[in-house]
Amino acid sequence: MEVFILALTVFLLAAFIGFEVITKVPPTLHTPLMSGANAISGISIVGAIIAAGAQQTPLAAALGLAALILATVNVVGGFLVTHRMLSMFRSRKK
Amino acid sequence: MPEGVVNGAYLVAATLFILGLRGLATVRGARRGNVFSSLGMLVAIVVTLLDRKIIGFELVAVGLGVGAALGAILAVRVHMTAMPQLVAAFNGFGGGASALVAGSAIASGTVMTAATELQAVAAGAVSGLVGALTFAGSAVAWGKLQEVLRWQPGNTSIQHGVNGVLAVVTLALFALVIVDVSLQWPFWALVVAAAILGVRLTLPIGGADMPVVIALLNSASGLAAAATGFVLSNNVLIIGGALVGASGFILTTLMSRAMNRSVLSVLFGTLGPTEGGPGDEIYEGRIKRTSPEETALLLHDARSVMIVPGYGMAVAQAQHAVRDLSAELERRGVEVKFAIHPVAGRMPGHMNVLLAEADVPYEQLFDLEQLVGAFAQTDVALVIGANDVVNPLAREDPTSPIYGMPILDVDKAHTVIVIKRSLSPGFAGIPNTLFAAPNTAMLFGDGEDAVRELIGELKVTG
Repeated sequence: MEVFILALTVFLLAAFIGFEVITKVPPTLHTPLMSGANAISGISIVGAIIAAGAQQTPLAAALGLAALILATVNVVGGFLVTHRMLSMFRSRKK
Repeated sequence: MPEGVVNGAYLVAATLFILGLRGLATVRGARRGNVFSSLGMLVAIVVTLLDRKIIGFELVAVGLGVGAALGAILAVRVHMTAMPQLVAAFNGFGGGASALVAGSAIASGTVMTAATELQAVAAGAVSGLVGALTFAGSAVAWGKLQEVLRWQPGNTSIQHGVNGVLAVVTLALFALVIVDVSLQWPFWALVVAAAILGVRLTLPIGGADMPVVIALLNSASGLAAAATGFVLSNNVLIIGGALVGASGFILTTLMSRAMNRSVLSVLFGTLGPTEGGPGDEIYEGRIKRTSPEETALLLHDARSVMIVPGYGMAVAQAQHAVRDLSAELERRGVEVKFAIHPVAGRMPGHMNVLLAEADVPYEQLFDLEQLVGAFAQTDVALVIGANDVVNPLAREDPTSPIYGMPILDVDKAHTVIVIKRSLSPGFAGIPNTLFAAPNTAMLFGDGEDAVRELIGELKVTG
């Protein structure tokens, strides 16, 4: 139970920080926000690496590999496309 | 590697995620913010690879290689108009990955040997449920946005009944996963049931509501990752997932407020009252046509011009022509602003990205809050491809289905020019009193052609 409460504490604090930080993002940047946050949700790549690399059972490893491919597409594609979009935002030329 | 070092590195990664999101508070800081977030991800990946739990690197190398190549190709090749589809797909991948990681943990039995058995299994079930729902729902959303999936079943009470039964079955399977941790099949049955539910919930949702759906799925992909973090007792997953969950939740709320819809009415397909309100007769004898010549003269004499783009402009690929018009006007000393409604595009902030791609400086883009009272100071408002978001009925007619929706007060401008193919209604299916207003003139035609003609006439005017 203690482990669970600790994990829940971390979750709630992170959610509050998320609310505080993200309400300050201007509407102009909402699409990059979404794609960037989306890339962060690919953090399950950490679990996928462990699942694919720990080789507990063949089934577990196969599931891990599938998870790893999906998560890596999510992470690499998400950060890259966010970068591409943000590079398009140009200031008025002085 | 000692556990303390690993967890310390994960803490660094989580901190970089937060700093990265904070960078998005300004356009200037945004690119650096994205670098911070990606660095955070790199730290998390590297430290996981160095961790002693990894014994076979072949599979890991294959997974990372294939995934990185696919992700890079998708990110580099996507057109900005197709961004909603790509984000929908990525949402689904994230959700799917989380569900699979939880499935792998349950299949390998690591969950069962953990000291925190029950919590871990319950979290695994949440991850499987939310992840599968996100994956399947995103696949449908992608299909709709990509227009490969045109089928849209009605939202009848029979459909609701079926979904209700499916939801009960899903919850029962969820309970079964927790009650008997030695069984594995209930988990997979749960994943399948959740996926079917995801498909059935997303199928009846129309194109206009997609911004809300994508934001909601974004939030769900974060929650699935956080649940996986509970399974593995891994803080960086919990923090990263919580941040994304919060972000998606905020965007969902903003979008549904901007569309005057509750999240529930989007999901369960109930529209506001469609009866009442005026019909097409409001147009009779009140529509004034104008020509590119007249409009050019008007713009020539204006001091301030507000351009109001809608998705119709993006469909007509007119954003580059509009940028040229804006540049031509500014060259003549006219102050030009762009008024952007939150649902002007197909996802939150989409229109801003489309205009940024067309080289419109971001200082010229203004949102609802920044525009309060601004139209009264505007000489000419130029509406291109926007409809419901500029309909004064939202302010004036309590019987209208869009009543209460925040709109751009275009009708308060001194003169309004609407560039549009015909008088056809927008997504809400209702007539727009703006078109019949005494200070409005209609410039009928294709968006890009009309704007190009305007530029030509302006240059003739000298």
